[in-house]
This record gives sequence, structure tokens and C-alpha cells, in this order.
Amino acid sequence: MAKITLSKLRHSYMPNPTSPDDYALKEIDLDWSDGGAYALLGPSGCGKSTLLNIISGLLEPSEGQILFDGKDVTALPPDQRNIAQVFQFPVIYDTMTVFDNLAFPLRNRGVDEARVQRRVSEIATMLEVTDLLGTKAAGLSPDNKQKISMGRGLVRDDVNVVMFDEPLTVIDPHLKWKLRSKLKELHQKVRATMIYVTHDQTEALTFADQVVVMQDGEIVQIGTPVELFERPAHTFVGHFIGSPGMNVLAAEMRDGGAFLNGHHIALEGAVTAQDGTPQIGVRPEFVRIGDTGLPATVRKVSDIGRHSVIEAMVGDTSVKAITEGAVPEQGADVHLQFQQDQTRLYRDGWLATEGAAS
Amino acid sequence: MKTQNQKAWYFVLPVLLLVAFNALIPMMTVVNYSVQETFGNNVFFWEGLRWFEELLNSDRFHAALGRQFLFTGLILLIEVPLGIIIALSMPRKGPWVPVCLILMALPMLIPWNVVGAMWNIFTLPDIGLLGYLMNTTLGIDYDMTQSPFAAWATIITMDVWHWTSLVVLLSYAGLVSIPDAYYQAAKIDGASPFKVFRYIQLPKMKQVLTIAILLRFMDSFNIYTEVFVLTGGGPGNSTTLLSIDLVKIALGQFDLGPAAAMSLIYFAITLLVSWLFYTLMTKDDAK
Amino acid sequence: MTLQVSNITKIVAGQVHIKPTTLTLETGHFNVLLGKTGSGKTSLIKMMAGLDPIADGQILMDGQDVTKLSTQKRNISLVHQFFVNYPHMTVYDNIASPLKVAGMAQSEIQGRVEEAADILQLRPMLNRRPHELSGGQQQRTALARAIAKESRAVFLDEPLANLDYKLREELREQLPELFAGRGAVVVYATSEPEEALLLGGYTGLMDDGNVAQFGPTAALYRKPETLVAAAVFSDPPINSATVTKEGNIVRMGDAVWDAPDAGMADGNYVVAVRPHHVSPVQTAKNTVALSGEVLVTELSGSESSAHFRMPSADWVSLAHGVHPYEIGVTHPFYLDPSACFYFAPDGARVIGETA
Repeated sequence: MAKITLSKLRHSYMPNPTSPDDYALKEIDLDWSDGGAYALLGPSGCGKSTLLNIISGLLEPSEGQILFDGKDVTALPPDQRNIAQVFQFPVIYDTMTVFDNLAFPLRNRGVDEARVQRRVSEIATMLEVTDLLGTKAAGLSPDNKQKISMGRGLVRDDVNVVMFDEPLTVIDPHLKWKLRSKLKELHQKVRATMIYVTHDQTEALTFADQVVVMQDGEIVQIGTPVELFERPAHTFVGHFIGSPGMNVLAAEMRDGGAFLNGHHIALEGAVTAQDGTPQIGVRPEFVRIGDTGLPATVRKVSDIGRHSVIEAMVGDTSVKAITEGAVPEQGADVHLQFQQDQTRLYRDGWLATEGAAS
Repeated sequence: MKTQNQKAWYFVLPVLLLVAFNALIPMMTVVNYSVQETFGNNVFFWEGLRWFEELLNSDRFHAALGRQFLFTGLILLIEVPLGIIIALSMPRKGPWVPVCLILMALPMLIPWNVVGAMWNIFTLPDIGLLGYLMNTTLGIDYDMTQSPFAAWATIITMDVWHWTSLVVLLSYAGLVSIPDAYYQAAKIDGASPFKVFRYIQLPKMKQVLTIAILLRFMDSFNIYTEVFVLTGGGPGNSTTLLSIDLVKIALGQFDLGPAAAMSLIYFAITLLVSWLFYTLMTKDDAK
Repeated sequence: MTLQVSNITKIVAGQVHIKPTTLTLETGHFNVLLGKTGSGKTSLIKMMAGLDPIADGQILMDGQDVTKLSTQKRNISLVHQFFVNYPHMTVYDNIASPLKVAGMAQSEIQGRVEEAADILQLRPMLNRRPHELSGGQQQRTALARAIAKESRAVFLDEPLANLDYKLREELREQLPELFAGRGAVVVYATSEPEEALLLGGYTGLMDDGNVAQFGPTAALYRKPETLVAAAVFSDPPINSATVTKEGNIVRMGDAVWDAPDAGMADGNYVVAVRPHHVSPVQTAKNTVALSGEVLVTELSGSESSAHFRMPSADWVSLAHGVHPYEIGVTHPFYLDPSACFYFAPDGARVIGETA
């Protein structure tokens, strides 16, 4: 296992990039420690797969370096980087048995047969596929095929990093949580450095100790799942994580305070940046419907069983609130209250208030 | 099942009629001929299975059948591996793809009799480009009207030139359908190029290869025009394949009865061997 | 518009794929078919659309029997899970294609296409081809085609399944508004319970080729008639266990709570409770203490779930916020007894009233 360092990494798919927009991946500096579980989270086209392919060596970056344990591997091809990768769609060798599939990466490297036997049966036990070992891989169900793909990624214990590229795409929604938690469990057992690429917040937050959120080729925040939820450093993070995402409301700054539709909004702490378009960010979980506060009109009420999502209009601005229990009717006039320690100011998208606690 | 839509059958009807008209009816005529003797004027005498018995015991038939199998066997042994090798070495992306594909398809676009005539002229010892080069520049004694070996080498080369493209194009279609992830996974798994071929490319090409081999078997086993135009079955009888012999008997000697019997046996052998090929090659899939 | 199916059945090679199904689907709200992959949602949609043969039964549109009418003549639209557009046509021509087939005047086509493009925010892309679009835009093009056509029935077969998570959320919010007031019967297949709730309207719960229950979505969620119906409408999976009712109390292992009022005879029942009614913290409602070894924990944005093992069953708890679970350690959980459903021991019918 290894520590991974990305140093001044940039990538463009164009031969002669000039403006920053030509870069699919903008400058990245990053340290990932040995044995950690990391997730790259972002919408499609945000550059997360590009970054993954650069780490695995399938793509050579335009600029910058990749270091494994301080050793520069930027120019090395994938097979010399000692890595494992699980792809979006299961890759299995159809003509081989499940056992031979799992043994393939070991046998290719001349590992002795006794050790191959031991490793394969260990991995098969972890993935609960022991009774499939003798069957031909071609006839397996998609989720079992993907388990075998994962198994091939995990069977070598000398790899620097195991990477997962949206591995649950083909899995039936009702089986997803099982594999999701299986992966977490596997990480805790094998303690390999693992990088998991996904657009699904549940997969990322469940799997990773540290989540890297990406947008438009740029890293917008790196943090633990709790940090990303509780204190998004960028409006994109607030919007992307949580369902529904954080309310991002156009604000007006005057007299040293933030105003929404003419009403003063109390923020978590002092404003730290004076320039840039101001926006107020507050999660629907921290918006309450009360007798006093911001006057608003209920536009829509969605009862989703365990709670209701209320969409209310403050002037032309739509604000969402999550409520358990009694809900107002559509068209009703209500008042909204923002929980102060969870109400922040963003400027040009970036967090611009001091935390209440710190 | 009472409300099941049965309309689909009407759409198949024209095909059934067409097949009946151009396959079943001629075939029944052949069956009819094969059990009778005729001396023209539409007068027939019942002969039963006599032609079949004679044919199956005839040395001439055995020799022609042997030559036919030798020819088909040789071209399959050359064209299939060669086709796969060419397909593997063709680019899978970029501007050269259409160029390669068109070049590959060219030989197949030439009419069969033209192929025969082309190669005939090409190999003439005095004026043909190949014949002249072989004899004069390289000093190899090459004349396919004299040497059976030269004749065989020529018909095999001609068929390889004409039809390897089919194997190439079908294999190529199989190859480009393999997602990149497979190659990437194989790289990461540390697989050698041979293993990539053995465990990824070959299995993924298997279905199209089955079709390619079947088509090449049937076509080459029934080959007539090109070989007839090129060698006329000679020198001697050395390149008289089954189909050429059949035409000699039917049209040259006007032995319609024996020729009909031979056609049926020919047809049965083609069918049987095709079935065998197909069964063997798809055996694993059934499991 | 009303779309009625009466006793329609699908049999393939002697096997019953769709059991006799009778439904009346109305316009003005979404009609959701909710069920796991393979439960028969797509089959049922294809049967209603006339793409799959039906072994028995009738399909009526506004009372008119269309069972034998071909798909082309039914004036319906179908949007698939995979983005189906004509690759060689621009977005405009893709949206216009069914209108051209119908022989509509050029000026009217333009009006309809532009209206649909505006609703789906496709105006700037009208001259592009599908491969130049993102997945979300491609699927919006397919939806715009369905809208422009003004079909009598629109079938949406998991149209959001292949989109990014966040995009799915946004489109899902827009969908009911898109079809509001258009007069078409909208049938929407999904495998996600939350999607059914968000889309509202009516829902049919599908299980094993059978519509287990059909009714207004929220009512169905609160009053499942069978254990199967309760289970289909729950993600994470619903918790269930065998309990014993004796006099005024219900007993599940060591846990004991007050029996519901409605006349339940003493004996064994199956209790079912949704994961969010099992909390890691004690509250005014969550009063019945359980304890179990935590097997797996998950975090999705603002909620965390824990799968835990009790002697009698494995259950799941879902709660707001992040909770400090430790895998392999026994944690306390608290059940809200007022949220429990009680079923007959075979799960076939619900017993008593539930809140």
C-alpha cells in the first residue's frame, strides 16, 4: 500500500491548451495517505474519471506528477504501477471459471499455486462467492459478475491502490446497499488505499473517510462526510450533497448584514469576504415553519413518507424546508425561520462566514 | 393464447413462396432426375437408386470429393488465421479505419468470373505479371497449365486473395465491439498480449468467427466459377473439384440422372459438414 | 382520458408473467408502477402500449376497446430508461418526427416543437444532434417528443434511471408539472419508493407479475394491505418480525409494548415497521427499547442508516443526522409502536387500523 501524491497536476484533451477552460482537469495538489478510503464525487463531466485514469496510468497528464510513496510514476504504464481497478461495467473473462478469473492477476505475475489457492479462497469468502468458484463466469448475474470484477481488484495484497469507477452502475437498486456496505467492510478488512469514483452521494459518503467533491475539473472541497454536509465550503457542495440540496438564495448586502427580499437574515458568524456575488446558503433541514420570521407563500408540499418537503416562495425566491409532522396547505401564507448557526453567506460560490463554533 | 396476434405469418408468406419457387421446386426436379435415366426428348426410365450406388463406388467421385475437401481445408487453414491476424493489426480508431475497410472490401466486390479471368492473365508465363516475374526474374519454373502443384498453388492463392477479407471484416467487427475497459483491465491484471488474445479477443470474436467459418466453408466447398475460369479443372484432372466434375457430367456428357444423384449427395455433404461445424463451434454456449 | 385494463394477462411459453390485472388509470395525476427489477413493470407497460401480446383481457381507452389496435394507431408515447433518439436527426427533428409522421402542417409542427423545447429548456440545443448532448439533455429530448405529440397516454419506463443522481432529482421535480393539464394518462415505472412518493398521484405496487395494491400514493404508503405491499414500498427494506399479542401487550423477544386498540385477538402476528420509525435515540414517540449488534452503517447526505442484528431478525434504522455507530458493537434502538403494521401470520392481510 502506498501514499499517493498528486503534484501540480493538470490535464487537457487538446493538443495546445491556452485558456483555463481548455483543461478538463485544473491544477490539483493532493495527498492521500496510506490505507485510506477516498471518494471522488461529482456530476458526469466534472473530471473525476479523467483524474482516475491519470492515477491508474491509462492517461498521461499534460502537466504535473503522480507519486506513489514519493516515487514518480507519471511515465509508468498501468501494469507497472501495481494498482487494481474495478470498472463501471463488469469485466470478466467469459471463458474462465470464477476461480480462474480471480486467480488471473496472480498467475500472470507468477505467484505460486499454493498461494493463489489461498488468496482466491480468502477473497471468495469475503465476497460470499465460494460456491460459485467452479462455475463459468459467463453465465453469472450482473451483480455477481461485478463482485468477481471487484474480487480481481482485491486479490493481490501488494497493490498500491485499488480504484473503483462507478462500480455499482449495473447493480439492481435493491442490491446496491449490500454491495455498498460490502465494499466498506472489505476496506476495513484489507486496509488498502482505495479510491472510489461516483456521482452518487450515498455511495461516496458511505464508503469514504474523505470525500473529494469535484466540479468542472476543479476540486471544490475535500472533507469528511460530516464536514461536507454540515459546512459546505462551496454552494455546489451544498447543492450536490443532501436531498434536496442546500437552499442557495440570492442576497443583498447592506449595513453590514445580509438581506433576503428586504428582510435581514442572521448569519452564523462574521462575514470574511467583502467582494463577489452574495448568496445565502441554508439547508432545508434547518428551515423551520413558524409564526414569525420571513413571510412566504407555500407553493408545493411533497409528502415523502418519513417527512414532507415544503417549497415556499419568498418574493421570487424559492426556499425549501423539511418538516416532520403537520404541514401547511398549498397557497398558505407562512413564516420561515432559518437556524442561525446553520445559515451562511457565500460569495461567488465560496463560503464567506466564520463558523459559529470556531 | 386465443388473442395472440397471428398477423406476423402473413409477412413471412412471400418468403415462403419465394423459397418454394427457387429452391424446393428445382430440388424436387433434381430428386426426380436422380432416380431415372433419360436419353432426351423428355423420355424417362425408372432406375431407382442405381446412380447413387454407382456414384458412391466410383473412384472418379472419390477423387473429386477428396480434392474438394483438400481445397476447402487448405483455404480455411490459411484464411481464418490470416484474417484474424490482419483484423488484429488494423487500426481501431482514427482516419485510417475507413481506408483499411475499403481496401479490405475491394477484392470481394469483383465478380467471380472476372477474378478467375484476372488471375488467368496474371499468371500467364509469357505476358502475365506474376507468371513472367516468376519465370524470368526469379527463375522459378512456373506454369499452371503444366504443373498440378502450380495450379493448386494458384487457385489457393486466388481464393485467399479473394475471400480472406470476409474473415477480416467479420473478425474486425467482433474486435471493435470489445469495450476499452476490457483492455484496460487486462493491462492492470498484468496479462500478456497472448493472454489478451486468448481470453478477451478470441472469446469475443467467437460468434462472428463461427459465421465466417461457416460462410467460407459453404462458399469454398461449392466453388465453381473462379476455378473453372482459371484452370478449367486441369492440368489433367488435378484441379477438378466436385462442382467442376458435376458440370462435366451434367452438361459435358449429358448424364442427367447420375449428375442429379451427385448433386443430392453433394448437397447432403455440405449440409452435414456445416451442421457439424456449427454444432462443434457452439457447443460451449449451450452449457 | 381514461385508460382501463381489464384482466390482462401475459403468458410466455406456458409461464404466467403477468397475472390477471385490472386497473383504471386516469389523467390529471401520475400513475406510478412501483416494484423491483423483474416485478413486471416493463411488461405491463408494453402490454398497455400494445408492444407485447396479451394472452387474455381487454384494454380500453375512453371506453373504446383498443386491445386489437396496433401501437401506431393508439396515439401513445413511450420513453425508455435508455435514451432513445434518432442519432442522425437534430433535436428539432427528433421532437418533430411523430408530428411529421402524422402529416401535421409545418407551421403547427414548429409551434408545438418550440413549446415542448421551452418547457424542457432545450431551445438552445434544437440544432444539435443527440451525440452532442449530455445524458440529461438526451432524455429531455425524448420527453419533449412525448409532450409535443400530445398523446392520449404517455408511458415513462424508469426514464431517470440512467441519469446522474442530482439531475434525476431536478427532472423528477419538473415531471409532474410538465404533464399537468395535458390530458394524457401518464404511467411511470420506477423501482424507487421515494420517487413514487415524490411524484404523488396514484401508485400500483408490483410484485412478481402482480399488482399487489393500487391507490393514492400517500394512502398506500400509510395503509398497506399486505406485508408484500408494505415491503415493496420501503427503501431501505421494511423491518418485520413475528410478535405475540397477549391481552393488552405485544411481545417481540424481550421488547414489550401496548397492543393497538383495534380488536386484535390474542395470538401470533407479523409486525412491520419502516426503518425511519426505528431510531438510535429515544424520543416521545420512539419509546420501545431494542438492542442489536450493528452490522453495517450507511450515510446518505443528511441521513444515516444502520443494519443491526437482534436474536429474532435483522433490522434497519434510518435517522436524520450522523450517528456514532461502531460496527460489531451492540447499540440501543427505539421503536415507535404507533407506526407498526400488524399482519396475519402469513402476511396476507393487515390487522387493525394504523396511524
